[in-house]
Amino acid sequence: MKVDRRSFLSFVIGGAAGTALSPLPWKLMDDSSIWSQMWPWTPVPPDGEVVYEDSTCSLCPGGCGISVRKVDNRAVKIEGKPGHPVNDGRICILGLSGLQFLYGPTRIKSPMKRIGDRGEGKWQKITWHEADAILTEKLSDIRNKGEAHTVAAIAGSDSGTVPALLQRFMTAYGSPNFIRTPSFRDADELAVKSLFGETGRTGYDVENADYVLSFGSGIADGWGSPVRMFQAASLWKEKNVTVVQVEPRLSNSAAKATHWVPINPGTEADLALGIAAVMVDRNMLDTGAVSGLRGWKSDLLDNYATQKVSQTTGVAAERIIALAKGFAGADHPLALCGRGKGSTAISLRETAAVYILNALTGNINEEGGMWALPETDYIQWPRATTDQLASAGLSQPRIDGAGSGRYIEARYLPTRLAESVNGGGPYPMQVLLVAGANPCHDLPDTKGVKAALSRIPFIVSFSSFNDETAAMADLLLPDHVYLERYADIPVEAGLTRQVIGLSKPVVSPQFNTRHLGETLITVARAMGGDIADAFPWDNYETCLEETLAEKWDTLMEAGVWVQDDVDPVADTLRLARQTTAPAIQAEGDVNSFPLLLVPYDSIQLTSGYIGEAPFMIKAVADTVIKGKDGFVEVNPQTASAAGLGEGDMAILTTPVGEARLRVHLFEGIQPGVLAMARGLGHTAYDGYLADKGVNVNELIGPVEDPSSGHDAAWGIRAMLAKA
Amino acid sequence: MSTLNKKAMDGDGKKTSGGKDISAGGFIILFFIIGFAASMVLGWVIFPKLLYSQKQQPFSFNHALHVEEVEDGCESCHYFREDGSFSGIPKLAQCTDCHEEPMGETEDEAIFVEQYVAKEQEVPWLSYSRQPDCVFFSHSAHVIGAEMECVACHGHIGESESSRAYEYNRITGYSRDIWGKNIAGLKKNSWDRMKMDDCAQCHKEAGIIHTSSVQTERDACFVCHK
Repeated sequence: MKVDRRSFLSFVIGGAAGTALSPLPWKLMDDSSIWSQMWPWTPVPPDGEVVYEDSTCSLCPGGCGISVRKVDNRAVKIEGKPGHPVNDGRICILGLSGLQFLYGPTRIKSPMKRIGDRGEGKWQKITWHEADAILTEKLSDIRNKGEAHTVAAIAGSDSGTVPALLQRFMTAYGSPNFIRTPSFRDADELAVKSLFGETGRTGYDVENADYVLSFGSGIADGWGSPVRMFQAASLWKEKNVTVVQVEPRLSNSAAKATHWVPINPGTEADLALGIAAVMVDRNMLDTGAVSGLRGWKSDLLDNYATQKVSQTTGVAAERIIALAKGFAGADHPLALCGRGKGSTAISLRETAAVYILNALTGNINEEGGMWALPETDYIQWPRATTDQLASAGLSQPRIDGAGSGRYIEARYLPTRLAESVNGGGPYPMQVLLVAGANPCHDLPDTKGVKAALSRIPFIVSFSSFNDETAAMADLLLPDHVYLERYADIPVEAGLTRQVIGLSKPVVSPQFNTRHLGETLITVARAMGGDIADAFPWDNYETCLEETLAEKWDTLMEAGVWVQDDVDPVADTLRLARQTTAPAIQAEGDVNSFPLLLVPYDSIQLTSGYIGEAPFMIKAVADTVIKGKDGFVEVNPQTASAAGLGEGDMAILTTPVGEARLRVHLFEGIQPGVLAMARGLGHTAYDGYLADKGVNVNELIGPVEDPSSGHDAAWGIRAMLAKA
Repeated sequence: MSTLNKKAMDGDGKKTSGGKDISAGGFIILFFIIGFAASMVLGWVIFPKLLYSQKQQPFSFNHALHVEEVEDGCESCHYFREDGSFSGIPKLAQCTDCHEEPMGETEDEAIFVEQYVAKEQEVPWLSYSRQPDCVFFSHSAHVIGAEMECVACHGHIGESESSRAYEYNRITGYSRDIWGKNIAGLKKNSWDRMKMDDCAQCHKEAGIIHTSSVQTERDACFVCHK
């Protein structure tokens, strides 16, 4: 038998016929279509039981209630909690992106110690036991040498039990150097103290105001409790409330306001006092909430005559008078201050000017007005006993100079830290503990801050994320992310009532992290003696429950504790000389730096310790960042004088630094003024955030407010040239 | 010249090879049959063996035994949640309600208690009936709404005394139960297959309510493919 060509063909035909009559081709066709429609590598979220867990967002000081949707044990969406006293079911873009902080690639997954050079990014994973031992040994050594004061802690907040534990640790240890990162609260505390004579904060009954005069406060850009402010802004639209935004730049808040009053940067206080002068001069005021008007009146009228103010501020005299009439004539006028999100300090003069403006309408502690409220005081721990070593350390001056000498009024001066460490301070620093703060990105003059940190031999970061400061650290002791932990969140942020939110674990910790409160209790225990005695709690949860006492049950049940009828700290504002202080000038020489650079805040960008989530970066316009390039906003007139067009690469130089940026032509900014978004230019974190845009803090340095020592820089002189 | 010669030779060749033609024809048919048979064996017997792979369940589960013990039949363990969603395969927490300690003496229960209950680990059950991801299937619409019995789609699994091997398609990764055991796709019972045609068959029969598509007066694509 010979297999010839015909036999072979016959075999093939037989095979084809057989195949066609078998399921093989048809089944393969079906399977390949299923395969190609549902690629096996496409992630499919696992199905499961849907539950909602309520908690409190602590990504910004706003204190919104959140409801996290979970499928089995995986959190899949964060929503606003309906009926919550702060946000009533609404949420902002940062809060919505919170899961990316929980599950994102930027987290520090375990305690680690540095093994390479500083900033090289070489780490070795260690156990918590080893981590505690390293920190305890380091701190004990320094303390035993009588140098406890050379340890400093920098934190993002000083309210709530976690920052209070850190403060307590510092006291029991013997260091006066607990430092809070800068914010509008610095100026607010100071202004309340000097104008009302009491310790406290301000609150604003924005919902009931019927004429709002905002001195650069980003009502639609994240000021105060951002979601509450969005809701208030919608309410104002409905009720036809006049909203006047005084700001050098046409921000979102200015665009949404009834009137935008463009003003020369840094002259907001002059305008406020100019309006006050018109009100006093024409007797359009209510003297019920002020004292000392008689003595102060002539000072005011002499220094803030309408024409003069018009010249300083660039706002027409008629407009100043119209603003005064509108403001004074309203039933419930309200003036706001704190630039952008209020995440930076402003001068005492400016804060005082706006508070005085409020007081002159008699709106203090009134419906729709400004309230002078006490700080929350539910943390009532017995005073920590300090042994000899601690007392010796505490008797040393603070490294930032706050609370003594010419800075007697200030509680914390974080912007002076760099200068002190870099040589101007009373003693060298040996250890820096960093919690909920990212000074290497968020403090002005980041170059100076980084130089200062590189002089501190031992830095401990409690950050949950690979941020710029964690990159400089020697020991990483990562805290849980807010969705994994218990914490009390006292909400201030301009609210007129006392609100405490409870942050509850929504999911179990994803990595080998530990609650900062727990870490502090453990280390204190290990240090022994009076330090251990100052921390008598078994764990953080016990501490929290005991501290909140009768509020605990309410908080566990409702997630939030609210006290509506808060007694104001004072009813009368004492008019004094705060307003005669000279205006804060921008750093730099007019001839070398003919332009002015001002930073601005945006709701799509964060401006504190938390970096932007990938969701947020997606929402940023390509006139703010494009690819990796950041933009500077320039008036077309200024740009054409420098020979620059839209999208051109330019070099922006200030007395502090230099950066390459693209130009965005913007009519909403006056000639001679440049604006840059705050919150960009990260070098750490992940690929979604790192190396995008320029950090404005690299270009701006602190300018000291002579009355307090706080940073009051609203901008800096600058020069723009073609790259 | 040469072409003519060749033609002549070809003519001669044909004449002389007349006897061999018959046997060649036989061979041709034989080869056809061999090819046909081989491909039929390949398609019907070898192909399914190659296409499907098997995995064993973590341990064997006796449905019959459990159904006897519980009060509400299938719904005792495979229940609807308050929001109407279907719980599917029970989670560990549900099992430990009864199985905190071993209740019987079987080897499978011992595995379950030792490896999963004690370690608080979910049992990685392999689901025989999971539809591809492009299908939106609501148990509540079928079981509560249309009052269908579990058996209609899942067969008599409630009477099984052990867990059969989980077979899955190597190409798609989905369970063999979707296409059905029969490689030709033939079925005798309503639960033998769970392909789109099987859904459509029932939706067509109950045509009065399934008319979401105006054009076809039948159910539209988006009813299942969201």
